[in-house]
Amino acid sequence: MDKKVVIEFSNFGFQYFSQSEPTLHDINLKIYEGEKILIAGPSGSGKSTLGNCINGLIPFAYKGKITGSLKVAGIETKSASLFKLSTKVGTVLQDSDGQFFGLNVGEDIAFSLENDMVPQEEMKQKVEKIAEIVDMKDHLQNDPHALSGGQKQRVSLAGVMVDDVDILLFDEPLANLDPKTGKTAIELIDQIANENRTIIIIEHRLEDVLHRSVDRIILVDEGRIIIDDTPDVVLASGILAKYGVREPLYMTAAKYAGAVITPQMHPASLDTFDVSSMKDRILSWYEANHIREKQKHLKEMLKIEDICYSYDGVKTVLNHINASVYEGEMLSIVGKNGAGKTTLASIVCGFIKPDEGRIMMDEEDLSKYTISERAEKIGIVMQNPNQMISKTMIFDEVALGLKVRNIPEEEIKKRVYDVLKICGLYEFRNWPVSALSFGQKKRVTIASILVLNPQILILDEPTAGQDYHHYSEIMEFLKTLNENGQTIIMITHDMHLMLEYTDRAIVITDGQKLADEKAFAVLCDTELTEKANLKETSLFALANKAGVSDPLGFVECFIHYDRKERENEG
Amino acid sequence: MNSKFSTKTIVATGLGAAVFFLFFNFVKIPSPVPETNLQIAYGISCFFAAIFGPLAGFLIGFVGHALSDFISYGSPWWSWVVASGISALVVGFVSGKIAPAVEEGRFTFNEMKIFAIAAVIGNALAWLLVAPVLDIVIYAEPVSTVFLQGITAFILDAIVSCVIGIILLKAYASTKTGQGSLSRDN
Amino acid sequence: MKVKLFSYSQLDTFVHRLSGVSKLFCFLFLTTAIMLTYDIRIIVCIMILSLIMMKISKIQFKQIKTMLIYVGLFLLFNFILTYVVEPEYGVKIYGTKHVLFSIVGRYTVTQEQLFYQMTKFMKYLSVIPLGIIFVLTTNPSEFASSLNGVGVSYKICTALSLTLRYFPDVARDYTTISLAQQARGIEMSAKAKFTDRIKRVAAILIPLIMTTMDRVELISNAMDLRGYGKNKKRTWYSQKPLKTADYISMAVSLLVLIGSLYVRFYINHSMFYNPFI
Repeated sequence: MDKKVVIEFSNFGFQYFSQSEPTLHDINLKIYEGEKILIAGPSGSGKSTLGNCINGLIPFAYKGKITGSLKVAGIETKSASLFKLSTKVGTVLQDSDGQFFGLNVGEDIAFSLENDMVPQEEMKQKVEKIAEIVDMKDHLQNDPHALSGGQKQRVSLAGVMVDDVDILLFDEPLANLDPKTGKTAIELIDQIANENRTIIIIEHRLEDVLHRSVDRIILVDEGRIIIDDTPDVVLASGILAKYGVREPLYMTAAKYAGAVITPQMHPASLDTFDVSSMKDRILSWYEANHIREKQKHLKEMLKIEDICYSYDGVKTVLNHINASVYEGEMLSIVGKNGAGKTTLASIVCGFIKPDEGRIMMDEEDLSKYTISERAEKIGIVMQNPNQMISKTMIFDEVALGLKVRNIPEEEIKKRVYDVLKICGLYEFRNWPVSALSFGQKKRVTIASILVLNPQILILDEPTAGQDYHHYSEIMEFLKTLNENGQTIIMITHDMHLMLEYTDRAIVITDGQKLADEKAFAVLCDTELTEKANLKETSLFALANKAGVSDPLGFVECFIHYDRKERENEG
Repeated sequence: MNSKFSTKTIVATGLGAAVFFLFFNFVKIPSPVPETNLQIAYGISCFFAAIFGPLAGFLIGFVGHALSDFISYGSPWWSWVVASGISALVVGFVSGKIAPAVEEGRFTFNEMKIFAIAAVIGNALAWLLVAPVLDIVIYAEPVSTVFLQGITAFILDAIVSCVIGIILLKAYASTKTGQGSLSRDN
Repeated sequence: MKVKLFSYSQLDTFVHRLSGVSKLFCFLFLTTAIMLTYDIRIIVCIMILSLIMMKISKIQFKQIKTMLIYVGLFLLFNFILTYVVEPEYGVKIYGTKHVLFSIVGRYTVTQEQLFYQMTKFMKYLSVIPLGIIFVLTTNPSEFASSLNGVGVSYKICTALSLTLRYFPDVARDYTTISLAQQARGIEMSAKAKFTDRIKRVAAILIPLIMTTMDRVELISNAMDLRGYGKNKKRTWYSQKPLKTADYISMAVSLLVLIGSLYVRFYINHSMFYNPFI
């Protein structure tokens, strides 16, 4: 290959000063000009550290000890500077709010030009040109609060492209986007790729990134490169799941059916995936495992009656929403970002008053209760645990809600210990919260709500920003809670979560309830998924490709089979 | 990190001023003195000053207070706006003795003492000297009124700066502690 | 809480077209002129000037209603406080004593006191339209850049611009956190004991500050990655070049300031205008 090497790690290692062990060991990796690379791995694997080495945040913002060598565009990074590297590598971070510091779109795109002292005239021309590429030209005067998550990400991308960088690094570009916007983002990244521009995507959502082809997948775990090969080889090797990276669902299904997957079948994308040899297996597996779930009869617990809401009296956020929640169920509320899901939850919790309609629980109108009285019936866990934690010690944090309710000390202790046991945190009860991992902190916040014994637990994006391992851990925990009778509502845009853990889904988009049916059925409805910014599940497409007569039944069958498999594992 | 105005300090200044402004203008906590509110914001500016230094502290108080005045009165009352900056500025001068410890997760009685002394001196300077003197010089306010207001402000703000500042520094330091020697209890 | 900081409205009037920096200078010159005088004639002149400007810039009464109520209450409080503490301050200043009537003890109402308090009332009232014009007609992003144009360090300008940019985000965090904490039973009631109140504030403030610190780290990394602070200077996308109208406005404001100082030092020979002698 006579392609130019643009990034070269040789025997590279890195250790943060604040840590006792190196985060990266013996990295040897070459990335060539014009390549499109996916770096995957679980949280804490070192994949983000690897990215930060390339863009120069390491060692210039995060101090530590480097061994070996890393050359980016021919420059040895440790002897360069962050500024020098920033002209070579453009980084798009996962939090698009955090890197949108301009007061309007144009200003934000121009940020690095301003730092380079480019004259205003030239700057305006460049900004306009780039804005056109990312399709934001009509929004140059808009302020960030008027933009959607996907638009903000486009601005971030424009902001790094304006510098004419040769290497673009995307750090978890899908983390905060709904499925359809994520899909569009991957298409956009593909569109700007060309033979001179190298693209590196750090992401653990493999199936979503592979919506457009990549040249290589590099799997990282515990600071080492596990495998570095073409997507077909990496997927066929079947080692992804072992390292906490989820393989595409259609592959899992094919494996359940007993198919042996080889690189020659091109499993990297469902479009290229050759299923001809496994059609019979899939069909017979479906015949053998196909059972229709019996309809369970549940008691209605919460009733959302004709809710209407508008923040400003002009734009309707919720438009005549009706829904019921049944005792003991696990329900998901899904839909576009900003579609009114969170507003609905706020109304259910009594944080805001609906313009019309009411919330009934066990035949009782909840509007007469204060927020804190209502919290004893319906508890809500916020997306970001750091937004809830105010105490240093775990015990105090969980006990807070009881203490302000003037419950006797003895009873507090008993209730807190009980709930800590349920949440698997009992042995940490005397620890400071700061010593916990993100997932454990999340559990602390769940515990601090559960301790009030609410009949219904609402979770806003319970798995946002978490890898497959932590996702499974939290979801299995919630499932156990649910099996013990806890009614759970989850607001999410994670299609896996919805499919694998919830039976029913309520779809809300632009203030309207679009659907209220079985979760898998929602994800098999092309028209509905399109409208609600969701994405049709690849299982459905696989079933069609394999010629299953009832693809919907196939998806249902997969869900049941998969749940059983996981139970057997656990 | 305190010696120069690094990017991190600039960002902390900007966001700190936003938080200061939010609390100064929108969050009213009634104080034990009737008809007066506790300005939690002064605890916030002192916290940021202790971590990010005098310039950050001064600007957070100054900008936050000026914005708040613009929003509610149309025009800043400069003497008090400057004083708001000064109270945190003084705390910023001891950040060299506090920030490094806090970044390593330590906030002991010693740091607490230094912080509290600086906060009291800062507030004294601001409300007993700067604000009243500027009031007299710039606005020709009667001497007795300005000192009466100054003393009330000093007492309340010094208490708030110490209490809230210490609570925040303690909480922040605790997020910096690692797993260390913790053991699980069965 | 739905807070949009500064309801800057994009209109095309003479005042809107002026650059942010010239508006800042006009604001500072005129408010300084008012600050440094107790001459009601000058104060009224500037007030009329600013009311005309307000008319030109098409500011609606409803945009400033709440502000006026606030200021009204503040001035009323100040008016009463001044009288209660210093009922004879006017007499002290003007050196004469014309008693109108007496309330009790040393509390007499004199012409001097009334004139002093009236002047003071007007003085504080007259800066309001100036501030309002400045705030409502200046594009925040242009403002930060123009401050740099007059010699303020660009790093300070960036900090200010970040304050304006992230205030709504911080306010949103605050709302989310305070609702979450209320649901756990932490309520800001005035009935609670003082120490309890502090504890409850802490329950909201701590998570807010910790999320803010996370955000500081994130934003500063993102800024570094895009070359912030690379050079000693920087250019600005939103900067407006100064035009003739800008220079004229600044000159007029400066003349007003000089005029007011002239009156102070060469006509009144004092900060105060004394009609009693």
